[in-house]
Amino acid sequence: MSRPTPLREVHESLGATLTDFAGWLMPLRYGSESAEHNAVREAAGLFDLSHMGEIHLTGPGAAAALDYALVSELSTLAPGRARYTMICAESGGVLDDLIVYRLAPDSFMVVANASNYLRVAAELTTRSEPYDVVVEDRSEEYALIAVQGPRSVEIVAKLTDADLAGLKYYAGLPGAVAGFDALIARTGYTGEDGFELFVAAADAVPLWQALTEAGEPYGLRPAGLSARDTLRLEAGMPLYGNELSEELTPFDAGLGRVVKFDKAGDFVGRAALEPLRDVPARRRRVGLVATGRRVPRHGYPVVSRADGSVVGEVTSGAPSQSLGRPIAMAYIDTDVDSGVTGGLAVDIRGTHEPVEMVELPFYRRNK
Amino acid sequence: MSSIPEELKYTKEHEWIAGLAEGATVTVGITAYAAEALGDVVFVQVPEVGSTVSAGDSIGEVESTKSVSDIFAPVSGEVIEVNDAVVDDPSLVNSDPFGDGWMFRIRVAGDDPGNLLSPVEYTALTIGDS
Repeated sequence: MSRPTPLREVHESLGATLTDFAGWLMPLRYGSESAEHNAVREAAGLFDLSHMGEIHLTGPGAAAALDYALVSELSTLAPGRARYTMICAESGGVLDDLIVYRLAPDSFMVVANASNYLRVAAELTTRSEPYDVVVEDRSEEYALIAVQGPRSVEIVAKLTDADLAGLKYYAGLPGAVAGFDALIARTGYTGEDGFELFVAAADAVPLWQALTEAGEPYGLRPAGLSARDTLRLEAGMPLYGNELSEELTPFDAGLGRVVKFDKAGDFVGRAALEPLRDVPARRRRVGLVATGRRVPRHGYPVVSRADGSVVGEVTSGAPSQSLGRPIAMAYIDTDVDSGVTGGLAVDIRGTHEPVEMVELPFYRRNK
Repeated sequence: MSSIPEELKYTKEHEWIAGLAEGATVTVGITAYAAEALGDVVFVQVPEVGSTVSAGDSIGEVESTKSVSDIFAPVSGEVIEVNDAVVDDPSLVNSDPFGDGWMFRIRVAGDDPGNLLSPVEYTALTIGDS
């Protein structure tokens, strides 16, 4: 039985198609997912992300504990700022990708994927034992509502006195939104400007309603996980379980930049990752654009059109609203480049459909 | 709850079949229930006109943002017409699944149209699904 978020009844009243996602009952779409996708690109979308996990680390040893537990150097993160990072196994494999917020010098919040947060919380607890820090999984206490899209600043500004103009991308500040205490974070997973609002679960419904009313003149509409997936895919953002897994290191995923070897002390995964630092990866993560209309999907082989040999695998694929053609992310053997004779194709249920290899992301907003 | 027209026959694969009562040529599409479950349809592949199909064959596909499904021949016969409009604009499957979203027509071979469902049986199937 899937767990509902605090907004379940709101989603039902909006006619949402609900789906199980990582053990949660989540809105897949409210109507047309294409319209929801386009609203986020052109106006704004409202998302319930309450399935995400929030784990707090508090105490004088919090920064040192995270420097050991995660691959990045969180002790250099300024209070009020956020960083994208990963937690790895000793093997170097990725256990989850995370956003870490430094709320205060001795206080951090780690935001983990719904599918992984219990394991992340357990690992953080174990890895923090030598440090003077308290680790608390507070996921149950929070609802997370995101407003994403070019009009999101205007919408949220109607409901808060917080200094949104001064809030940089990947920063967060505490403030009241529609009268409810929130951590206002300028983060997202759509490729657009926007906010993620961490609030008490009990405030989720009235905050959602206030945002809906404030956003109405701006074209805000609720958006489900289906739109969220196509938005992040266009933005070239990895999804754990698709582009990321314990079988892959951050380097395999083309995200080795998050690993900081020059920080003081050991960290979990260092011994396995350090030798990989300067070794060319066997595969690399690329974008594919289909020339036809059939959609390359997760798990489909990427093949050479010349001889049909398998040169990679699709990790995510979807029709792209912004490009008007199907797009995909894939891992491709590094000795294959876009000039490969005859080009590439994806084996879509037995038919080799031509694709063009492109650099990520597919979509970049105008700043 | 999506509509289930009384005058049509159905399959377990959420296709509808029109015209059985009138004679030997049937029109086939997917139901509103199926279209809602798929979400925005972005691609429809229909069989070639003139091809001979057997009931149960996979003869096309319908693809949405999140998934792809086979289209099966609900009856045996010859494909005599396909809906080019739905190939050009697959969103017709969502906007008018029982009308402009039709997919192809088959001239039925033989007199046994196969194991089709009545509206009541199909309604029961969709309730069992959800």
